[in-house]
Amino acid sequence: MLLIALILVPTLTALAIVFAKNSKQVKVMAAAGMSIQLVQSLYLLYVFLAERASGNTEPVVFYQRFPWYNSLNISFDIGVDGISVAMIVLTAIVIFTGIFASWEVEDQYKEFFISLIVLATGVFGFFISLDLFVMFLFFELAVIPMYLLIGIWGSGKKEYSAMKLTLMLMAGSALLVVGILGIYFNSDSNGHHSFNILELAGQTFSMNMQRIFFPLTFIGFGVIGALFPFHTWSPDGHSSAPTAVSMLHAGVLMKLGGYGCLKVAIWLMPQAANELAWIFLILTSISVIYGALGVIAQTDLKYINAYSSVSHCGLVLFGLLMLNKTATTGAVIQMISHGLMTALFFALIGMLYSRTHTRIVHEMGGLMKVLPFLSVCYVLAGLASLGLPGLSGFVAEMTIFVGAFQHPDWFHRFITIVAVSSIVVTAVYILRVVGALLMGPVKNDDHTKFHPATWYEKLATVTLIAGIVIIGIAPLWLSDMIMDSLSAILD
Amino acid sequence: MNPTLTIFIILLPFAAFVINGLLSNKLPHKTAGWLAVIAIGISTILSWQTAVSYFLQSEPYIRQLVVNITWLRFTETLQVDMGILLDPISVMMLVVITTVSLMVFVYSLGYMQGEKGFVRYFAFLSLFSFSMLGLVVATNLFQMYMFWELVGVSSYLLIGYYYNKPEAVAAAKKAFIVTRFADFGFLVGILILSYYTGTFDFITITNPENPAIISMTGISFMGISVLTWAVVLIFMGGAGKSAMFPLHIWLPDAMEGPTPVSALIHAATMVVAGVFLVARMFPVVVFHAPAALDVVAFIGAFTLLFAAIIACTQTDIKRILAFSTMSQIGYMMLALGVSGYGHEGLGFTASMFHLFTHAFFKALLFLGAGSIIHALQANDIRQMGGLRKYQPVTHILFLIACLAIAGIPPFAGFFSKDEILTAALASHTVYFGIATLAAALTAFYMFRLYFLVFWNNERTYAHTPHESPAIMLIPMSVLAGGSVVAGFIPFGNFVTSDLKSLETHVHLNVAVISTAVALAGITIAWLFYKRKSEIPDTIAARLGGLYQTIYRKFYIDEIYLFITKRIIFNLVSQPLAWFDRHIIDGFMDLTATATNWISAELKEFQSGQLQKYAYIFLSGVILIVLVVLYTYS
Amino acid sequence: MIDQVPLSHVLSVSSLMFFIGAYGFLTRKNLVTMLIGVELMLNAVNINFVAFDRYLYPSGINGHFFALFIIAIAAAEAAVAIAIFINLYRNIRSIDVEEVDKMKY
Repeated sequence: MLLIALILVPTLTALAIVFAKNSKQVKVMAAAGMSIQLVQSLYLLYVFLAERASGNTEPVVFYQRFPWYNSLNISFDIGVDGISVAMIVLTAIVIFTGIFASWEVEDQYKEFFISLIVLATGVFGFFISLDLFVMFLFFELAVIPMYLLIGIWGSGKKEYSAMKLTLMLMAGSALLVVGILGIYFNSDSNGHHSFNILELAGQTFSMNMQRIFFPLTFIGFGVIGALFPFHTWSPDGHSSAPTAVSMLHAGVLMKLGGYGCLKVAIWLMPQAANELAWIFLILTSISVIYGALGVIAQTDLKYINAYSSVSHCGLVLFGLLMLNKTATTGAVIQMISHGLMTALFFALIGMLYSRTHTRIVHEMGGLMKVLPFLSVCYVLAGLASLGLPGLSGFVAEMTIFVGAFQHPDWFHRFITIVAVSSIVVTAVYILRVVGALLMGPVKNDDHTKFHPATWYEKLATVTLIAGIVIIGIAPLWLSDMIMDSLSAILD
Repeated sequence: MNPTLTIFIILLPFAAFVINGLLSNKLPHKTAGWLAVIAIGISTILSWQTAVSYFLQSEPYIRQLVVNITWLRFTETLQVDMGILLDPISVMMLVVITTVSLMVFVYSLGYMQGEKGFVRYFAFLSLFSFSMLGLVVATNLFQMYMFWELVGVSSYLLIGYYYNKPEAVAAAKKAFIVTRFADFGFLVGILILSYYTGTFDFITITNPENPAIISMTGISFMGISVLTWAVVLIFMGGAGKSAMFPLHIWLPDAMEGPTPVSALIHAATMVVAGVFLVARMFPVVVFHAPAALDVVAFIGAFTLLFAAIIACTQTDIKRILAFSTMSQIGYMMLALGVSGYGHEGLGFTASMFHLFTHAFFKALLFLGAGSIIHALQANDIRQMGGLRKYQPVTHILFLIACLAIAGIPPFAGFFSKDEILTAALASHTVYFGIATLAAALTAFYMFRLYFLVFWNNERTYAHTPHESPAIMLIPMSVLAGGSVVAGFIPFGNFVTSDLKSLETHVHLNVAVISTAVALAGITIAWLFYKRKSEIPDTIAARLGGLYQTIYRKFYIDEIYLFITKRIIFNLVSQPLAWFDRHIIDGFMDLTATATNWISAELKEFQSGQLQKYAYIFLSGVILIVLVVLYTYS
Repeated sequence: MIDQVPLSHVLSVSSLMFFIGAYGFLTRKNLVTMLIGVELMLNAVNINFVAFDRYLYPSGINGHFFALFIIAIAAAEAAVAIAIFINLYRNIRSIDVEEVDKMKY
């Protein structure tokens, strides 16, 4: 029931917003709905941990099945494991803060908030569903509103970016459909084909089938996870998107890619994953280092963050492809960590932009003096991004690196060291930006007249920072929760 | 004393950091400052208590795991713990760090008075103390690495304390990035070591009889055993933090931070973390990776001489001290590098001893420099002179520190340096020669500084320099006391490579040589700089290009700048960004454009012209008819 | 008498008519002329029907029926077409086929 409520609450919120009278009401409703969502996802985390503590070692708990289209054996299967619970909490935090970060939206506010919440609904649905068909349905539900959100409320080359982003993601979806159907038609459960992940996981597909459909599903999800060379939608898309959309997109949607790669591609087709991992490992290690080096030359804050997301999300897929529990746990923590961190970054960039009306780094300077609160938050986000111990990024990266290093052959060693070297490059670009943007003398006299951070801005940033710090200081529960769930997937 | 109380040594500064950090714009300056001082003060008392009760045990000392909590689990066997490991070196470091910290904190109350970011300053300073203490008591490599990074970031924040100054920002960035680069090696070293041994734990890893370690010596990569690789990579991290050549470039620039920060972080504590790291790994290195130890000795000796030479030409008071720090750390590294184990472990003890004494006199030197800068608002020694009249107390204290670092008996530096020279002599004459030469140079450049600042030409100042307030002088006096008496501590009884006591005594012949060269150095400095003299300029002019090269620090900075700016930025990053936008993205756009073009072409069929359709229809029919006829006839 | 004319001759006439009609349909710009082309083609088809019926299946009358059917349809079609042309002319003052391409949208 709790899982159904996770989809129901945002749906109802979106419906309620239809009847709101003015922008104030819309925002209050959205905020209220998403607060409930946050609370119930935290409650879900609590009951999940309690369930595990009481000795339930099923791979998926709170499993429910609602037949939907019997003749094709499609049903609305829901259930969660540690990974999905973690992702749900992440999503709830990001959408909650996203609402507050878009508190200043006045242009067609109703449609904006509805699209935003519909998007979130799709994401929640994606994380709880266990039926490939329904999962794909929710996936598309999350991707499509993005087009409207960027195309209508975006800035800059918004039509171009929205089109590009949607088309590239659709291309990924097309591969995905083929992959999912391939899995479906090769499956056999009691004489029927099946979409149910749990049933599919029990089967071994023939190697020939896996060799075709593993790459399709992996690339299909990889496109949204910014796998090199299919990442170019990300810089344009992020730079044109409105603040909350960038937050959700980089914070959560890009994680659908990693999650899907793990839960569909790797879980269902492990032999092909083993055999073909090296190809994708090369691509992801390119992502990691290429994204990081690419950032150094950027001047637009959103481009900077988009490329650094390419690098960080590359690390997610990199960890997954190591195919061992440690690295995969690290990858999942990295998803959460990057989600929080990048949402914080985009929120802050939006807040700065609403004051300075520029995102070009060298047109700003010395903001620490005029906007101390936001600047300190920016520094914290930067430190999390470069992997400072005590913040979440460190935990994630180290777990990935240690896990990756468990492979004794030189190929894995080499690319691991390449990936590790990104910590240096990351430090370079983060500190460059922090130095140029926040420190030094104030460049523009107009910048001295900014109003300080408002309550909703503070609420959004502090919530995200709290998440980052909690994971950074006490990561054991999270990593244990994820690692337990991986037994079913990787063993 | 209950050993678990040691946890408060670490937690108290952290608490001070959290409180000051969160309330940085609400707390009044005085409260915040004293809060931090009290926190570190209690830590200091606890540290001394810990040290006393630890060293009162009967020998050999044992390694005690006082606290150990699982922090993160990587695999069933490999996990990260957070805890406190007490052994002679960590206890010694606790004492050094808390004591110097306390002095610097108190001093800062006076030095930083009225600064705008006063509370922030104390928050960062507390963060630093916390991280540094966490580093030295680390029970495992990974915990050490974590605190290592935290130390790095506190150093970054404190160097960049004057964030309005572009130089400070650049210096902070440089310090962080250079050490981060070194940490990359450190991390890879940790990964290698933990993979083969299956643990991060120091007690297991540094046990020379550990079969996993022994098996590591059998596996080789590129002709060198993986253990040596791991240790050398870990040492790379240490070299970065300890500003060893060629990763030293950040330290002179780091002097952009407030002077007390330089005293604490960039002289007494953080920069010796590298030495501490090597000392931590020492038992296993000395038995199974002697090649790595040679690297340590070589790098140490090279930096020792290199930095001492540069120090002779610099004109910024803090930069001279920075190069001197590098040089002194070179001594410590050299001593570790030439050391053996057990009763041959004089180098180890000497290194730790020098670390201990150096912390006192170098902190004192920096605080003295701070006192001078505070009075003059200038850093350049060419603008100073005759200060002994205006700052008599600072003068005396500074002189003590200079004598100590120069190695004049009975000051602290003499004893520790003497042990190092003895150890070097036992190892290789070249090392002994370098160390002795550097000792002479040290005496020369320190007294060059001393004479230029306190004697030389008696100039008149626009604002008459005044003596610093008592709150600054008292901590300096305490450190001066330490610089005088620290040498008499029988260090070999406490800190040794094998936890058993080691008999050490002053070696007369070495002592005579070292004192003689030190006195020679002082005499030359006296001749050159006691009064205004033409000699130094003449010599500089004679040396010409060589002098310039030394003055510009052998152009190492320029080389780095060339690599980072020209090569990485212009030749890698920029083209990469271009490549991404134009080739990869261009390809994606091309598919879109191609689709567009094809559909535009296809659109032409749909002209709305009835007769065109009819033509096409007719052609189609004819085509089909022809095909059918062809196939069925 | 008709039997002395071989089928191929009749078919030649009808195909000639058909292609003249097609040619007219494809080349004339005036819609009325094009309609005439269509009628020509239809009548060519009629001839074919009748001829095949007469030559190949003399016992049946299916071909005749089809021909009659087509004549009826053609009449109706002409009526509709002319009505459209008139309306078209009222709207755009022309019955030139090239000016009528709005339907593609």
